[in-house]
Amino acid sequence: MKDLPKAKDFYSRLAHRPDSASDWMDVPVEIRKGMYCYAANPKSLDTLGFPYARDWNPVEGDWKLPENWQQIIHEGFKERLERFRSFKVFMDICVRCGACADKCHFFIGTGDPKNMPVLRAELLRSVYRNDFTTFGKLLGRIGGARPMTVDVLKEWWYYMFQCTECRRCSVFCPYGIDTAEITIMGRELLNLLGLNIDWIATPVSNCYMTGNHLGIQPHAYKDMLDFFVDDIEEITGVRVEPSYNRVGADILFITPSGDVFADPGTYTAMGYLILFHYLREKYGFDITWSTYASEGGNFGFFTSHETMKRLNSKMYAEARRLGVKWILGGECGHMWRVITQYMDTMNGPADFLQEPVSPITGTRFENAKSTKMVHIAEFTADLIRHGKLELDKRRNRHLKVTFHDSCNPSRGMGMLEEPRYVIRNVCDHFYDMPENTIREQTFCCGSGAGLNAGENMELRMAGGLPRANAVKYVHEQHGVNMLATICAIDRAALPPLMQYWVPGVDVTGLHEMVANALVLPGEKQRETNLRGEPLEGMEDDSDE
Amino acid sequence: MKLVERLAANKSTIVKKWFDLVAATYPPDTAKFLKANRDPFHNPVGKTTLEGLSAAFDALLEGADPVVLDRALDPIIRIRAVQSFSPTQATAFILALKPLVRELWSKGPSDPQAAADLRQIEDGIDQVLLVAFDIYLKCRETLFQLKVDLEKNRIHHAFVRAGLVADTPVQPSAAEPKGAV
Repeated sequence: MKDLPKAKDFYSRLAHRPDSASDWMDVPVEIRKGMYCYAANPKSLDTLGFPYARDWNPVEGDWKLPENWQQIIHEGFKERLERFRSFKVFMDICVRCGACADKCHFFIGTGDPKNMPVLRAELLRSVYRNDFTTFGKLLGRIGGARPMTVDVLKEWWYYMFQCTECRRCSVFCPYGIDTAEITIMGRELLNLLGLNIDWIATPVSNCYMTGNHLGIQPHAYKDMLDFFVDDIEEITGVRVEPSYNRVGADILFITPSGDVFADPGTYTAMGYLILFHYLREKYGFDITWSTYASEGGNFGFFTSHETMKRLNSKMYAEARRLGVKWILGGECGHMWRVITQYMDTMNGPADFLQEPVSPITGTRFENAKSTKMVHIAEFTADLIRHGKLELDKRRNRHLKVTFHDSCNPSRGMGMLEEPRYVIRNVCDHFYDMPENTIREQTFCCGSGAGLNAGENMELRMAGGLPRANAVKYVHEQHGVNMLATICAIDRAALPPLMQYWVPGVDVTGLHEMVANALVLPGEKQRETNLRGEPLEGMEDDSDE
Repeated sequence: MKLVERLAANKSTIVKKWFDLVAATYPPDTAKFLKANRDPFHNPVGKTTLEGLSAAFDALLEGADPVVLDRALDPIIRIRAVQSFSPTQATAFILALKPLVRELWSKGPSDPQAAADLRQIEDGIDQVLLVAFDIYLKCRETLFQLKVDLEKNRIHHAFVRAGLVADTPVQPSAAEPKGAV
């Protein structure tokens, strides 16, 4: 028995130990399948006039970089340090206190230390110290500096596209460092070498050319909405009549194209149509859709400031062309961060528009005074608050709902109470997830900032684990079966996340539930919800 | 005292050591976090792993029933199946229990009955490993299915947008053929 191996000896022979290098700089980057997105289609980069469009493969050794790539990165870095004061400050002030380290959903889910926000930023900071600080130049590696090499570039690329720019880490930073902005800069620099991913570059190119991520032509966009009109008629007996590109309408409606083209967002789009019809019939509400500014989302935000500005500008150009008073925006995530945080200094002020006032309740949306764009959750919450909607909550009573605060509306614009207020008014059963996983501290879906592709499914599932874990808790505690959200990327990203981690929980937008509860003038007895599913438990009430 | 009883009596110590060994399959900084943070929502990997190991340990002592083991191990393997582990890396932590059992066993009597007890427990651990492998594969298949579904939906929607898909109403006569019983 003396021959028996000791526990430690036995275990150490198993081939599953992590790299034991003590310093992160010594851990080589390994680009793993399932964790990265495919390289950008060169045609898309060409369309946008981006440099170094080419076929390249992240897992191949040769990335076909331009000969002077180090100089391009150095100069690009320098230019951004001079242009963006925040970037310079963020490069200098981190004291590596570790407050952000364990706050990132990608670190929590993947267990990869380079996904700690502090280390992700350090990937850039190490080069910053080497290239731009005397301290770094003198001390080199002892001072946390390292020169830019191909391996460092690959590490940048791998980890800048494992960040969803959700800003959860920034909530905990005592200095207020916004690591998302560091990722934004990192991606801008990578773009200078043609190193974008296709899930971003092609939607940006499509949006630039046709007005939406999928490249849907205006007539096809209208066709899709017309399908919804038919479906709504079948379900409610009421034919809604949306208006398109109508000059002189009071309000322009802009929503992410995901609502029009991808389930379950499509039911949310039907919800908007039903709500607008109701408001028109009851109160003479006057709104128009645009088939040109047919995208609320802005993947330019994940590319560069200039690209974001270009894509954002079309919303305002369309509002000007149509001569509307203000813009109502649909349930979207990063659209709202672009509007709230950047639009005003990028393409604003939109002083040709009016300060938004609800034509139905008279409420003045002061927070939208400058951008002239109102979030539909706030608009609807205001309608409910003033008793302007006739709602039959029973149609949603089979739902036990929880709410996922999307990163951008919650942390980016403070939209916390309005969606909850709406849900409570259209559903009987609402259960919030634990406090440290919602509102400002919400966990990201794991697929934002252009990472909602198929080839990186492992990354998405790992990044979404903290969110799914909290949903699982309310699912087990309260029988929650519906996860509501006000972001189109969430509506696309969360269903697979639920299928993997919490089967039995479906995903919905806010206005799908609103429209299911909304009693339309002249409607027939509803037998199904917008998804065509029988309305459970309503059979007994038919005689009431 | 039989080995199973001694293992049950020492459960907390053994599961703690087992958990530490699983944590050590992650890089040192991550392992530190997994062990230190007690918040189930901030540290779902640590919490899930500890709970799963504890439940799997109980299941092992109670006869290694595959259904019970599946329930205990699924949450841990489900996590490891999407992290950057190879199949063996994702499941090998089960074997880390063997030396811990032997360590305890070696401090007890060394009669033939004790040797048989050890064999029984080790056979049980092999069973646990097989269950873990099944779960791993099930999780990977789910992942692949999600990718396939995504592509299928994308193609279907492209066809719909191109006007190539028409909803054909079901004819009443086709749905309910005459003479059907």
